[in-house]
Amino acid sequence: MGVILKVENISKQYRLGTVGTGTITHDLNRFWYKIRGKEDPYLKIGAVNDRSIKASSEYVWALQDINFEVQEGEVLGIIGKNGAGKSTLLKLLSRVTSPTTGVIKTKGSIASLLEVGTGFHPELTGRENIYLNGAILGMTKAEIASKIDEIIEFSGCEMYIDTPTKRYSSGMTVRLAFAVAAHLEPDILVVDEVLAVGDAEFQKKAIGKMQDISTGDGRTILFVSHNMAAVKSLCTRAIVLENGKVSFEGDTDNGINFYLAEEKKKISKDLSTIKNRSGDGKVRFRSFHIEHSNGDIIENVLNGDTIVFSFKIDVTNNHAKNFNIDLGFSIHTSDDELISVLYNSYQSKIINVNSNGEYIIQCVISNLALNEGDYIVKGRIECNKIESDWPKIPLGSFTVIKGDFYGNGNLGFNGKSKLLIKGEWNIKS
Amino acid sequence: MAASQNDDTWLYEISAKHRLIDLNFKEIWRYRDLLLLFVKRDIVTIYKQTILGPLWYLIQPLFTSIIFTLVFNNLGNIQTGGIPPFLFNLTGITAWNYFTACFNGSSNTFRSNAGIFSKVYFPRVIVPLSITISNLLKFGVQLFILIVFYIYYNFNGFTIVPNTNLVLFPIYVLMVALLGLGLGMIVSALTTKYRDLSVLVGFGLSLLMYVSAVPYPLSEARSKLPAWVADLVEYNPLTQIVEGFRYMVLSSGSFSWFGLLYTFLICISLFFLGLIIFNRTGKSFIDTV
Repeated sequence: MGVILKVENISKQYRLGTVGTGTITHDLNRFWYKIRGKEDPYLKIGAVNDRSIKASSEYVWALQDINFEVQEGEVLGIIGKNGAGKSTLLKLLSRVTSPTTGVIKTKGSIASLLEVGTGFHPELTGRENIYLNGAILGMTKAEIASKIDEIIEFSGCEMYIDTPTKRYSSGMTVRLAFAVAAHLEPDILVVDEVLAVGDAEFQKKAIGKMQDISTGDGRTILFVSHNMAAVKSLCTRAIVLENGKVSFEGDTDNGINFYLAEEKKKISKDLSTIKNRSGDGKVRFRSFHIEHSNGDIIENVLNGDTIVFSFKIDVTNNHAKNFNIDLGFSIHTSDDELISVLYNSYQSKIINVNSNGEYIIQCVISNLALNEGDYIVKGRIECNKIESDWPKIPLGSFTVIKGDFYGNGNLGFNGKSKLLIKGEWNIKS
Repeated sequence: MAASQNDDTWLYEISAKHRLIDLNFKEIWRYRDLLLLFVKRDIVTIYKQTILGPLWYLIQPLFTSIIFTLVFNNLGNIQTGGIPPFLFNLTGITAWNYFTACFNGSSNTFRSNAGIFSKVYFPRVIVPLSITISNLLKFGVQLFILIVFYIYYNFNGFTIVPNTNLVLFPIYVLMVALLGLGLGMIVSALTTKYRDLSVLVGFGLSLLMYVSAVPYPLSEARSKLPAWVADLVEYNPLTQIVEGFRYMVLSSGSFSWFGLLYTFLICISLFFLGLIIFNRTGKSFIDTV
């Protein structure tokens, strides 16, 4: 197996603002003012005219000096935050736009699933759309014809295949579109976020199909996703993009950990300066962060993982002796709906301090059972049953990403639920 | 990575380098099925739309011909050389309409396909090509009306016969298509930068019709217009096409092999110029919309 795709020194520059004014009347008018030695009439109207600002701020590098190679048969995961340059990279790979510098060399054909259903026409039937969409994605009519039955079966839309797609539900359209895309046979398949669509059953089917493609047919796949569980189960190698540069290249597990720890550099904020708080102030919150079980400070956590809530507190009372500290925290959704509260006293855990100073109190939460979403953490401290500190603003926040909660790769229910549970299943007669 | 011996056998490269002429005909050929499916889509969707869609194909040339007959022949007293003025105008308009359909369709390529173009790669030129082909249907319908009136007039005392030049019919259709495509592709590249250009183009197109000898024969232009205007009309390739089209269908007007060759060369050159400009725009236009 050799190198099938080689990306060399790829950079992509975008120009901010508009080039020219965008209309010929404005540009002619501007030209006429310039001839008469007057100033640009549109400078006054637009807030920013790119010609009046020095070049440094005009351009932005969406990608800078990207280098990597893909081996034949490899499934490469591309991970990165929004704006890290993933989409730009995929656009370059799928030839939608061309790079500013550098060259991408490929030994095989590349087909992308940038967005499924491209070119679907609502007036055409499902069958007609399969042909049209397949051809847009680079298949010949004969290739599609040889697979049409397979595609229809995979989509699960047999009954409505000769109905115009305008009568389809959005889920059906997506399934049909994915079915076409999944039956493409390029040498290199570029997949972006398609697994985020459809119901759980279809997602499973889609992941299974992707696995078939990569293991069975030995096809090369570039997989871009926020779904860490899918990346984990599919990819053999991963690269992490950060601000348009490759910040990590290596095996998948390390890549995911690297990505989750990306926020490490962000120092947890100083909570001692919060003004809006109540309590006698004998014991106060200093800072808060969440750690991965390996000690990395993280903001993105996978459900099913073991994480550590770490509170740094200050004990400042002069007569600090035999302080019985009861520290509590609450988890809320991003729209401030309370989900759960936990004090150490609930679990009969006694925390005693006898002198001034800085203490770190940690709470290990194993098998995190929150569904994906953004959450905020608030906290309160009691000292000898008297309220000591209660900041009225959150201590911090974190984001839960779909992980392997059930321990078997199953992503579970796809709809909106906040809490995940699992149990022992039995059958009795 | 150890360099293996087949390291330089890349299928293709994606880079920033532009060659002046960067046309990949092999690739276009590989996408021929897409071309046919686009044509099929265009035709099918027209029929699935409202009843007025196909009907408009009939109304527009008929009404334009009636107006032209009233204004230019009745009021303006333009002589059509023994041919019923209505039939004369209808013939010219049929050829002209195919040109405008190809031109308008091609010139809207980038704006109306920005969604698809930003997601999937295929040779962009497939889109204007498919529009030109599917417009043949509209052309066919209008040709049919022309034939109906042709027969009608022959039954009503006129003897109008086609010319042996009729064998050149496919050449004329090809020239109209190439010209419409070529100019349309040039304009489509320009309108990605200047959106208001399309207003100007619509205006220019209606002016162009009057210097393309659509509502009058070339001989009338020679005898009545100032010499430089008549020259302008005569060397306009569209005049040559319209006049040649009428000559072979109605046996009226003039024809010269030199004119045909001249027009053909211009159509071919404009087509390739359009293709080059179009391809260059297609590579980066997604960054500007």
